[in-house]
Amino acid sequence: MTRRVHGRCAVPDVRTSVRSPGVLLSVAVLLFVLLAALVPELFTSQDPISGVPAERLSGPSAAHLFGTDQTGRDLFARVVHGAALSLQATVLAVLVSLVAGAALGVLAGFLGGWVDSLVMRVVDVLQAIPAILLSLALVTALGFGTTNVAIAVGVSNLAAFARLMRAEVLRVKTGVFVEAARAAGVRWTGVLGRHVLPNATGPVLALATVTFGTAVLEVSALSFLGFGATPPAPEWGALVAGGRSFLATAWWLTTFPGVTVAAVVLAANRLAQAFERGGR
Amino acid sequence: MSCELLEIHDLAVSYGEVEAVRGVNLSVRTGQVVAVVGESGSGKSTTAHAAIGLLPRGGHVVGGRITFAGRDLAGLSEKGWRSVRGTDIALIPQDPTVSLDPVRRVGEQVAEVLLIHRLATRRTAPGQAVELLARAGIADPAARARQYPHELSGGLRQRVLIAIALAGSPRLIIADEPTSALDVTVQREILDHLGGLAAEGTAILLITHDLGVAADRASRIVVMSEGLVVEEGPTRELLASPKVPYTQRLLAAAPSLTRTPSRPRREPGPDVLLEVSGLVKAFGDRTAVDDVSFTLTRGRTLALVGESGSGKTTTARMVVGLETPTAGTVTFDGHEVSRLAGERLRLLRRRFQLVYQNPYASLNPRFTIADVVAEPLRAFGIGTRVERRARAAELLDQVALPATVLDRKPAELSGGQRQRAAIARALALNPDLVVCDEPVSALDVSVQAQILELLVRLQDELGLTYLFITHDLAVVREIADQVGVMHEGRLVESGPADEILTNPVEPYTQRLLAAIPGGDAREAVR
Amino acid sequence: MPPVVRRLGHAVVVLWAAFTLSFVILYLLPGDAVLTKLGAAEAGVTSSPAEIAALRAEYGLDDPVLLHYGKRLLAALHGDFGTSVNTGDGATHMVLTALPPTLAVTGLALVLAVLFGGTVAVLGTYTRVRVLSRLLLALPPLGTSLPTFWVGLVLIQVFSFQLGLVPAIGATGFSSLVLPAITLALPNGAIVGQVLAKSLRTQLEQPYIEIVAAKGASRARVHFGHALRNAALPALTLVGVVTGNLLAGSVITETVFSRDGVGRVTTSAVTAQDVPVVQAVIVLAALFFVAVNLLVDLLYPLLDPRLARPREVSRV
Repeated sequence: MTRRVHGRCAVPDVRTSVRSPGVLLSVAVLLFVLLAALVPELFTSQDPISGVPAERLSGPSAAHLFGTDQTGRDLFARVVHGAALSLQATVLAVLVSLVAGAALGVLAGFLGGWVDSLVMRVVDVLQAIPAILLSLALVTALGFGTTNVAIAVGVSNLAAFARLMRAEVLRVKTGVFVEAARAAGVRWTGVLGRHVLPNATGPVLALATVTFGTAVLEVSALSFLGFGATPPAPEWGALVAGGRSFLATAWWLTTFPGVTVAAVVLAANRLAQAFERGGR
Repeated sequence: MSCELLEIHDLAVSYGEVEAVRGVNLSVRTGQVVAVVGESGSGKSTTAHAAIGLLPRGGHVVGGRITFAGRDLAGLSEKGWRSVRGTDIALIPQDPTVSLDPVRRVGEQVAEVLLIHRLATRRTAPGQAVELLARAGIADPAARARQYPHELSGGLRQRVLIAIALAGSPRLIIADEPTSALDVTVQREILDHLGGLAAEGTAILLITHDLGVAADRASRIVVMSEGLVVEEGPTRELLASPKVPYTQRLLAAAPSLTRTPSRPRREPGPDVLLEVSGLVKAFGDRTAVDDVSFTLTRGRTLALVGESGSGKTTTARMVVGLETPTAGTVTFDGHEVSRLAGERLRLLRRRFQLVYQNPYASLNPRFTIADVVAEPLRAFGIGTRVERRARAAELLDQVALPATVLDRKPAELSGGQRQRAAIARALALNPDLVVCDEPVSALDVSVQAQILELLVRLQDELGLTYLFITHDLAVVREIADQVGVMHEGRLVESGPADEILTNPVEPYTQRLLAAIPGGDAREAVR
Repeated sequence: MPPVVRRLGHAVVVLWAAFTLSFVILYLLPGDAVLTKLGAAEAGVTSSPAEIAALRAEYGLDDPVLLHYGKRLLAALHGDFGTSVNTGDGATHMVLTALPPTLAVTGLALVLAVLFGGTVAVLGTYTRVRVLSRLLLALPPLGTSLPTFWVGLVLIQVFSFQLGLVPAIGATGFSSLVLPAITLALPNGAIVGQVLAKSLRTQLEQPYIEIVAAKGASRARVHFGHALRNAALPALTLVGVVTGNLLAGSVITETVFSRDGVGRVTTSAVTAQDVPVVQAVIVLAALFFVAVNLLVDLLYPLLDPRLARPREVSRV
């Protein structure tokens, strides 16, 4: 984790909040999920793709922590193996929003004039269309699959980044110390690189941590609707969708993947909040 | 001691673990004005808020007694306090611009006091509110009552707050820096009004950082420092013979009281460094600067004085090429600044530098002090990294900062230290002209004196020329050779400093001079 | 230009831009995959290259981009977004007939969201019982973290299967509205609650609150008479976003609860890569967003005098 981003003064604050049990638990959840994504074998030795038909639709037990599905596959193994796809998509989505959004925001904020107007009109439109509809339109155009879903979610969230980055650049740009640098004879490249950008990126990075939780939700929602990975590859949203037909008889099929998504989002949001407080 | 209205005995207030105030004793009698004087962090405001039971979140009275008209307030319940506030004790706040509810008409806000304490009915309250606004010195009160706070000037808003304070006919008014956000001429009117209230029998506890204000208005002064009362006594005695060193220092540094020229005034020389001619700046249909002309010769200090909105800062910004004039010219040592742009302007910037009012905002929070001071050198490609660092250390030495601050961040320095660093940055390129925009007005008075001393010493050592922007005539008295008085965008009067300060011709300048607090005290000190 | 006209102009521009953006995404971005699909779906599986070519021409895919765009825009101005490649019906007609059941849920959800969020924020900042305050203010962050599709399924499990209180699926009667509306209201109410609580806390820290207290006002008067009124203003600007979210959220809830409506039309259109229908939905959503925001913008000056009256500062 990039805790040092916020500079020396922030460290004590982050440390005090790290001591809180909520933050510790959040770190544990995210570490667990990260490990599951990288080395799923660490947590389960069962096969996520082919099951044992004899053991189908059995409830949670010591042998099958989360129970089994209609073809006898171990649900825990599928959730663990699903971490890789779900996390990859989320990280890609956040990166798309962050990089493209921040670039647009810097362009608009620093150049101003017609560039600013054009970028801000595009941002207006992106925000006028609800995120999920926008990503559905992109998925329609790009085709289905985890990567396309990730790009679609990334694009649908980039407006907020562009807007915040622009606002931060404008705030810092009109700051007294930036003018002082200009009055001291610093060139515009130096003003942008040494004064504006370093002081404008903090809140944007904080937004990225907040967006992580949102992106997990949106990626899993699109995967729930069936636009993500092709079955039988496991993905959290798709696992919940798969359990819908057995809602009355096999509650565990929807409950555990759903709880997993909720836990990851809660943990991410809790950490984002701690960062935000530490950064102030 | 039955005639004491408010009596604070051995008061201690803490914020969490931190003790803000301890062992404070003070008392106010009916019809008396008592001033509590101190610098920021002295605990004066905390003491005042404890007396009305409105400590900021986290603040608790941890010891002592507060007695009002024989009744102990410290143990009061929330409900008990509600009956005291407004009718027994009222509060006039520091910043009138943020102290009124922005979405309610001002008449309603005055009437609210009457309704809370059932001093009027819904039917009679609006009329009484208008009367109260009139009593607070507001002209055309019926029309004003229907306006919203944002439609009124700062001075008018403070009068509305006075009307709110008066509404419940309180016996004691706590005025917490009631004029520090206002211009000096408005400050005088508001303080006169408060004085009038005291004459009618209302007791006033006046909290101020300005010893001059306290000296003019209070019969007793309580001096606080670092949470303690360090000295207390009748105003005349305290000013004539301050007992503790802290009061002596405060008295010596008080801007409006005792400042004298810090060096002999300089006559204009032959070498004109800066010439401003017919300068105009319009923002939309508002003219901020209107036909301003002056010349400044090398080695002198020109002070531009004025209240907020007078155009003095905009003038300074045009001089250093941060703002483009609508008309007129700025000529710096033969170069017409107002015609230059881009790289040619940047190159000329080596020779004139700017020091800002707020040293908290003017230093990049991510830079070390070494980076801050060496930045102009870097911008002009002067020296290697190592050489620039050495020069930065040398500059810090010049402004009397230790080399140990080189690697600190601005946030780790005090306000005065930061302003020294900002001055060091301005000196890095050996400029001819330094434009100082209110360089001391964000600092505590004792620090102000040190920074002014530093600026005068540097001028001597380095042969600098200063254009000094300030609202404070006491500062002008101390450092200026030549003064320009600005009012509503125009330069209404200019000339040698002593002439302007002792024999002003323009009525506006006369009003400005008369409004400086501390007149009585100056007499007392002499 | 009077502000109403200016805002109306801005609304029209955003709407036009939404059309343009969706055109760029849906008609220009894709490779031949969708285009072929478009042709293939219309003609049946066994279309010959010649037939596809004819269809491409009919859909305007062979026209130069600008001409194609112009034709589409002109048609859209007349409310025509083309024919669904899936069903052969007019895209506009399909979306509009699906709208009423969706609006019923959305409307109820909006009421619930404002009620949930408002109550939590106001009570959470008002109560002096520390535990209750912390509990209440912890709800909004929780609400925004739960996946909507899963919440819907949990509600079905508990209220339909376990308790048998409401029908699990279908769209008959008011009782079938309740669970989808709650599902939608939860995350959006959480957003309202979060913003309002933050705004209330900011207002309660303002110096003018101290003056109200110094008048001898009760906590209730301070909270409801002054802080809430000022805090509600920033929260009001959220209504546009929340309405958009609620409408878009029907994509999830209608799938979960097997209800008919715009959401279901959208999902099946995306599944079939039915471009005209998707574009009609996008423009409709933008229309809602723009209309609600226009309403909020026009309402705002009535509530905030600082916007209604120009600043005219008079000196003492």
